[in-house]
Amino acid sequence: MKRRTWLFGVLAVVVALAPVAPALAQSNQIFIPLLVYRTGPYAPSGIPNANGFQDYFNLLNERDGGINGVRIAVEECETQYDTKQGVECYERLKGKGTVVINPYSTGITYQLIPKAPVDKVVVHSMGYGMTASADGRYFPWVFNFPMTYWSQASAFVKYAAGVEGGLDKLKGKKIVHIFHNSPYGKEANPTLEELAKKHQFELTLLAVDHPGQEQKATWLQVRRLNPDWIYLSGWGVMNGVAVREASSIGYKMDRLVGNWWSGSESDVIPAGDGAKGYKSMTFHAAGANFKVHEDLAKHVYGKNKGAHKKESLGEVYHNRGMINAMLNSEAIRTAMVRYNLKTAPTAEQVRWGFENLNLTEAQLDKLGMKGMIRPIKVTCDNHEGNGMAAVQQWDGKQWKVISDWIEPMRDVVRPKLELAAVEEAKKLNYTMRDCSKEK
Amino acid sequence: MIYREAGQFKTTYASDQAIFPIVQDRVVVAVAIAAAFLVPPLTLGDYWLQAVLIPFLVYALAALGLNLLTGYAGLLSLGTGGFMAVGAYSAFKLATAFPGLNIIVVFLLAGLFAAAVGVAFGIPSLRIKGFYLAVATLAAQFFLIWLFNKVGWFVNYAPSGTITAPARTVLGVMVTGPESTAGARYVMALAFVAVFALVAKNLVRGRVGRAWMAIRDRDIAAEIIGVRPLRTKLLAFAISSFYCGIAGAELVFLYLGSAETIAFDITLSFLVLFMVIIGGLGSVLGSFLGAAFIVLVPIFLTNVPHNIGLDLDVALAKQIELMVFGGLIIFFLIVEPHGLARLWQITKEKLRMWPFPH
Repeated sequence: MKRRTWLFGVLAVVVALAPVAPALAQSNQIFIPLLVYRTGPYAPSGIPNANGFQDYFNLLNERDGGINGVRIAVEECETQYDTKQGVECYERLKGKGTVVINPYSTGITYQLIPKAPVDKVVVHSMGYGMTASADGRYFPWVFNFPMTYWSQASAFVKYAAGVEGGLDKLKGKKIVHIFHNSPYGKEANPTLEELAKKHQFELTLLAVDHPGQEQKATWLQVRRLNPDWIYLSGWGVMNGVAVREASSIGYKMDRLVGNWWSGSESDVIPAGDGAKGYKSMTFHAAGANFKVHEDLAKHVYGKNKGAHKKESLGEVYHNRGMINAMLNSEAIRTAMVRYNLKTAPTAEQVRWGFENLNLTEAQLDKLGMKGMIRPIKVTCDNHEGNGMAAVQQWDGKQWKVISDWIEPMRDVVRPKLELAAVEEAKKLNYTMRDCSKEK
Repeated sequence: MIYREAGQFKTTYASDQAIFPIVQDRVVVAVAIAAAFLVPPLTLGDYWLQAVLIPFLVYALAALGLNLLTGYAGLLSLGTGGFMAVGAYSAFKLATAFPGLNIIVVFLLAGLFAAAVGVAFGIPSLRIKGFYLAVATLAAQFFLIWLFNKVGWFVNYAPSGTITAPARTVLGVMVTGPESTAGARYVMALAFVAVFALVAKNLVRGRVGRAWMAIRDRDIAAEIIGVRPLRTKLLAFAISSFYCGIAGAELVFLYLGSAETIAFDITLSFLVLFMVIIGGLGSVLGSFLGAAFIVLVPIFLTNVPHNIGLDLDVALAKQIELMVFGGLIIFFLIVEPHGLARLWQITKEKLRMWPFPH
């Protein structure tokens, strides 16, 4: 009898602490929720990213007093990179005055794309998510600048061709795409297939099932094929395993190129010296020698408000988190300038800001991020902007950008992207809006 | 005292064998169901419906399905995620291939497809039992997920391999797709769960359920008294997979809106199995209690630090949540190994005796 009383006591406490209606955010703050994964299998990538976001928004608050004088409030929600938990987070946070959300997972992005226009929340999937959503005429609320997976894959092919000595030299070459068997990993396939036809290289697609610890069969095939290039679309533990396997079969590491979610410190350090020479695509530079890092040291870390380990600043994902935060805040700034606001903008206004974002070299310089990322311009019909990719290489200690900025093959990607957008829009009953009528 | 049963006489077999023989139970359940249909859609916000109640209903249906198989027929299955995937993908194919088909019919047909697949994978259950059967059903789990990942036809050749629920209406109300309100989707899910819970309750009280339990308790004895193992076991697989299939379709159409195969991976099978074990094997009520426990407790725990004003680091909060959740599972299993349903049963007996227990 007694232990049951106990039991009901526990139950009663749990029920009593049930969530009450979510409190509304203070009105003169820009509320940006962060979906993060600091626990679970993908935490090694999630932590630096989330810290980058925190640090940059903190910096804005400390250094500039927010965006044009309006402070930024962030709230983290843990998703463990799990779609269902991500949706729970989104539902919980969307009513708090959210203007923009960064899902940080292709799976969660797919969930949020249909909800975005209904709930009026900007979804910014920076360099991930659904490629077709770059057609802003159908997806006004979704942005994936600076680049999509398809543009990235085309930039990879261009890079490989450059090393080989020209696009015509690709003929007869063997390229293998090793991908995470999920929407994320499959994204690059249509572009690679198209380019294989156009430039007559042999493309082999090898899927690796989630989570990707088991790749023996894949690399056996790679050994048999002996490809000239390998493009890797991996995530989390899959990358480290792939890099290790590649070095253990003696594959030329400088011919193994990851996409930009396969090129961080946590992907190469476990493979030790074997990882030296491994390359990956990127759209920004790594390293902590930019002016923004000085500002961070002064305004954030100097006041003991830093989120990351100080000596680890400059990690690929920390920089990426900061860049993502910067793109968010610059879009919001654009909206605030346009609507002449001294208070937090509404979601519609922020959407306009994203769509008319024009990040110039001068502005980047002012932000202390010159050289970290290229200037970018977003338009109503082109939500991936005019971003360019670069290739970085692991030298055993750090990631270094080794190529020039590579212009993706927009002539190949854009028409396919528009076709895909029509398909995706049909599923959601979207109609095309006329961009010439947008103000 | 709480149950004052004086004067309730059962004069017919029908009244003695009713699902709820006590008048108070009948009234409470009727009121609860009516309230479940009316109150949440009118009073609760999107967050509650979308992130709490709809997943609870979807998982409850899946747990109900697995409970018929594992709890009543004694056949341990780890293929639940796979069978749910069959329901989800066939519902998607049906809904996109026949846009005019009513979504309720689509769900039922998707359940039938899942049932057929369940029967196919249930055939080994005639020869293998217990843990070995669990391993055999694991094959179903991996094979089905692999199949849906591999064959583009199942996802209408979407390059990402994601299925998206198309917008459909029932009686003029949008119930699926992004434009549908959470309230409409909730009522739809609740209607399915209510009907199929009633069906399940009647199944397990009748000939079919008794045959299942006979097989579960001792299959040789059951065979001797005339229960045909082949038919009985396959029927259990069919009906269980039917429930799971509908739950899978609901998972995509009513809860997530779009999904990839990872949503149906092995963790889902385990999750549903845990619901059944914690809720109570061989109990319809237990399926609901188990689903409630597994779905709601983590969400409560996530929200607790916030609502009592504790500003915890999210990673720490998540880890504490996992520890508390794990602790609660162990606690409940030690206090009541037969599940939450048994706990309720004991409570009810006490309530009927109260205040004069013996």
